[in-house]
Amino acid sequence: MSGASNKITDDELNALILRLGTLLPQLNHGRHGRASSSTTKILKETCSYIRRLQKEVDDLSKRLSKCLDSMDITSSDAEFLTNLLQQ
Amino acid sequence: MNNPHHLNPTSLKSRFTTRFLRALTKIRAQKPISSSSPTEIFRRYRRIKVAADKSMAYSVRSRRIWSRAMLWKLRSRSYRRQDPCSGRRSGKTNQAIMKKSSNGNITRRREDGVGFVEEADELRQLVPGGETMNLCNLLDETAHYIKCLTTQVQVMKKIADFYSF
Repeated sequence: MSGASNKITDDELNALILRLGTLLPQLNHGRHGRASSSTTKILKETCSYIRRLQKEVDDLSKRLSKCLDSMDITSSDAEFLTNLLQQ
Repeated sequence: MNNPHHLNPTSLKSRFTTRFLRALTKIRAQKPISSSSPTEIFRRYRRIKVAADKSMAYSVRSRRIWSRAMLWKLRSRSYRRQDPCSGRRSGKTNQAIMKKSSNGNITRRREDGVGFVEEADELRQLVPGGETMNLCNLLDETAHYIKCLTTQVQVMKKIADFYSF
């Protein structure tokens, strides 16, 4: 059709949706693995997952605000933490 | 430990961690330790939250539509606080930036979402800059955004655990 590819092909769409599905914790039991998870379901799960993550960031911010006073972040701490996180 | 593909979790994580820790140190230095009033704690929580988003957006830079949108939002917010008149101008700039990133597909997006327009629109509200993305970009950006969010949560959790025993 058009070379500008404004319209997404079905294959591309399926590939993108599937990839999203692999990122979602709930959907990863791999029941049948295939088309059983409809696009709508995956999109819905994606939305609630994002909401959940955003709320976690929010809660963690609150938690950090409470213990910020006791945080004496030295440069060695930063290095240690970064290494710890890289594992 | 070397991930050549798309998102390199190691370097994004360390970039975010370094920035975020630096921001936390600054926030901590801003107010005297004696203040533990609920208002103060609330203000701190807001600052920390902004710092977390800022650190992540800056770690991703302008490589992604969502990070560009978030950076724009963060910058315009600080400008607006200084100069109330800039609000109108930045609205127009936003349109220009968004138009560029979505390849002018703003009016087209409805025809892409056969049968799941509602869910796609809901997703658009959640991903920064999503309102102007076509479906293809939206799904791509969402995957990256989720990966970054999980990194953000992971790092913040480790930091909170590290300093709270």
